[in-house]
Amino acid sequence: MNRISAVAFNTFREAVRDHVLYNLIFFALLLVGAALLFGQISIGIQRIVLVNLGLTAISVFGVVIAIFIGIGLVSKEMEKKTLYTILSRPVRRWEFIVGKFGGLAWTLVVNTLCMAIGFFAALLLLARHFERADSWLVVAIYFIILEFVVVTALALLFSTFSSPVLSAVMALALFVIGTFAEDLRAFAAMSHGATRVFATLAAYVVPNFASLNVISSVAHGQPIAASLILYNTVYSMFYAAAALCGAILVFEYRNLK
Amino acid sequence: MTARKSTVLITAIVLAASLAGASLTVRRLDHLRAGATAEEALYVPSPKILRRMTLGYNGLLADIYWTRAVQYFGVHHYVRSRRYKLLEPLLDITTTLDPHLVVAYEFGAVFLAQKPPEGAGDPDAAVRLVERGVRENPSEWRLYYNLGFIHYFERHDYSAAADAFERGSRVPGALSWMKVMAAQMSQHAGNLQTARFLWSSLYETTDNDDIRVNAAKHLRALQVDEEVSVLEKLVTGFHERTGRWPANWAEMVAGGYLRGVPLDPTRRPYQLTPGGRVLVQVPEDLPFITKGLVEEPSQQQPSESK
Amino acid sequence: MPAIETFALEKSYSIGFWRKRRVAGLKPLNLSVEAGEVFGYLGPNGAGKTTTLKLLMGLIFPSGGSARILGMEIADPRMKSLIGFLPEQPYFYDYLTAAELLEYYAQLSGVPGRERTRRVEQMLARVGMSQSARTQLRKLSKGMLQRVGIAQAILHDPKVVFLDEPMSGLDPLGRREVRDLIQTLKDEGKTVFFSTHILSDAEALCDRVAILHRGELRGVGAVDELTARTQSRIEILFHGLEGITLLSALGAECHATGETVQAIIAESRQDEALDALRRQGARLISLTPVRATLEDYFIERLGEKTGKVEVAR
Repeated sequence: MNRISAVAFNTFREAVRDHVLYNLIFFALLLVGAALLFGQISIGIQRIVLVNLGLTAISVFGVVIAIFIGIGLVSKEMEKKTLYTILSRPVRRWEFIVGKFGGLAWTLVVNTLCMAIGFFAALLLLARHFERADSWLVVAIYFIILEFVVVTALALLFSTFSSPVLSAVMALALFVIGTFAEDLRAFAAMSHGATRVFATLAAYVVPNFASLNVISSVAHGQPIAASLILYNTVYSMFYAAAALCGAILVFEYRNLK
Repeated sequence: MTARKSTVLITAIVLAASLAGASLTVRRLDHLRAGATAEEALYVPSPKILRRMTLGYNGLLADIYWTRAVQYFGVHHYVRSRRYKLLEPLLDITTTLDPHLVVAYEFGAVFLAQKPPEGAGDPDAAVRLVERGVRENPSEWRLYYNLGFIHYFERHDYSAAADAFERGSRVPGALSWMKVMAAQMSQHAGNLQTARFLWSSLYETTDNDDIRVNAAKHLRALQVDEEVSVLEKLVTGFHERTGRWPANWAEMVAGGYLRGVPLDPTRRPYQLTPGGRVLVQVPEDLPFITKGLVEEPSQQQPSESK
Repeated sequence: MPAIETFALEKSYSIGFWRKRRVAGLKPLNLSVEAGEVFGYLGPNGAGKTTTLKLLMGLIFPSGGSARILGMEIADPRMKSLIGFLPEQPYFYDYLTAAELLEYYAQLSGVPGRERTRRVEQMLARVGMSQSARTQLRKLSKGMLQRVGIAQAILHDPKVVFLDEPMSGLDPLGRREVRDLIQTLKDEGKTVFFSTHILSDAEALCDRVAILHRGELRGVGAVDELTARTQSRIEILFHGLEGITLLSALGAECHATGETVQAIIAESRQDEALDALRRQGARLISLTPVRATLEDYFIERLGEKTGKVEVAR
């Protein structure tokens, strides 16, 4: 456990020293810019626009970070041969993978929390007080974090066997497809024969981001069912675990350069 | 077993279990979200804004919305829903994103116009949709055909139907019967042959499974209407000849009027009432019939042709 | 029990577009290193020395055979806490400082929490890096990085230390320091396995050496025993430049300074050379045997066809 947390902490430290957290400045600028535009919009939908904009920004920024750091988690270490002095130590290969995952996930959680604080501050400034409906915003942010967990695990998986550019393309493609996973399953249900088999297989393997995106719901102050929270959590855990296992299996057999 | 072998084994097992778990959970999630609110299904209610947001990838998104429209209709139709609230907005978005997706207009022409539970029961919305289709695709004569369809069957506005067929017949490449139909509308409005012709041509030419199935139902209904008319004529003939109404089909067969007990398309015998009317046993299984029902639906008077 | 043992350890690669051709990185290697030895692993560049080390460290997997370190299989993680490794280049996280790197590595090597900081400071002092301990590694010179590398290899007090070309790229002072360190490690009872292509270093430090060429082991043994088997040579000093052509024809290396010529020739041809010089009328100044160096042995082994492995105990 000690070794895994050591790897995780070092991964976090690397992200910080890589100036990743500076993205928070852009996020802040974005919120400020939006606030300036608000004078132009009617009061009734100001909150809706702020929530849509803020949560979408948190989601997009985070996914971009998850992908761009995630794809280098293992490939960079193999390229730079920094693994030579790591794997010659008692740390197991699977511990290394889990630690890397934990470090990036933790970075994203910290990043998201900072953004959430800024977001809620902006909301408070706008509405002067919090309403009950605002508690659902927290759930939306929690779902966004679950999204990050899945994307990070996938990016890490690609990192174990693919070059950074190819990994980035695959990760982005899967993110887009995953957003429409429900529609993919509908497509599959409408097709026949071999296409149906392949499409159904693909529709279940692809990450299911559709149910994690409740931004437009909470923008209208709608509540989120407890069962949705439960199943989303369970799904993300299973999916991330599967991707991590894939990464571990690949890495277990890789010859370093 | 070496450390590595046990690691690999455990990892493989966890991988398989996780994938299974994830797939099962996804099914639950889909189930939960089937009752998604209007906001979610449409994501962005305004088609114009959506079009601007899609960064130019309109075609793909149109396809996605088209799939959702078909899926939405299918789900509601299956549970014999009486309300298809989102069908018009979904088709509206689809055709805004991709004005040239002709099948979407055709789908709307059939399923927006028809009465529930077979459709949304909003022929005016259907007309609006197809008129846009005609504007955006002036060389698609079929859309005029769809338009005429709606005016003829659902709005019973025979002059508007004739007008639609007339406009369509002028489009280069239109099949010659469009002109014939225009004439028919004017003269033989409400005719069984006309209806049969319209539905069979739709049945033969459409690519969409749902539309084809629907057309088949209509053709079957027309067959029932015709059979009921013929049977009632025969029964009336029996009455005129014998002075009484037949008690059952056996008497009609004995009298040489029929060769056997007449069966409807669902293979059930037609019912003979004491007053000489012929009824369908299970009307729920034969949508769109206008004859053979216990209560005749109010007949709309055909408007005078010009 | 030997500290390091290999049993037909081999590595081959499939190359080419269809991965059809097989190239041998390391042919089946049988090697044994005793505890407490300083063992030199010699060979020209590309011989397979780094490949062997990578196999032993578990960075790559063998195509065949196996190996043990301290009696445990190379895949065994418990063994890893008892060994240290210095790679050929300083492949470290350049965004960390020396202190942070050593702290992190100490954690991975299982040094308990309280011990860690003390041990790290100790190591930094030992390799003379205390001053630069808080500077990011990307700002340090090669020599300093090498010192950090040595520190990370020994900070968890391993029993066996593996060094890949530890002297490469260092100035004479640096090389001296590394030599002293290896000697100190030996005095502490550790086994040191280091690869190099600088033979003079090996000669001075090693109890035994092995020579690798094109993935194949060519000779193993104690330095003096190996050199004893090399063909002896003699040095002939004489006056008379005319003698040069004659002796060169016999395979001698000749250097002239003024009138005096130094010719080094195989001992077996000594009589022929002396005869030739007498006939020439050259004046003989001296005749001395030349001690064979490891280099001679090295070159001799490299020149031979494959298959023959000389083993001297």
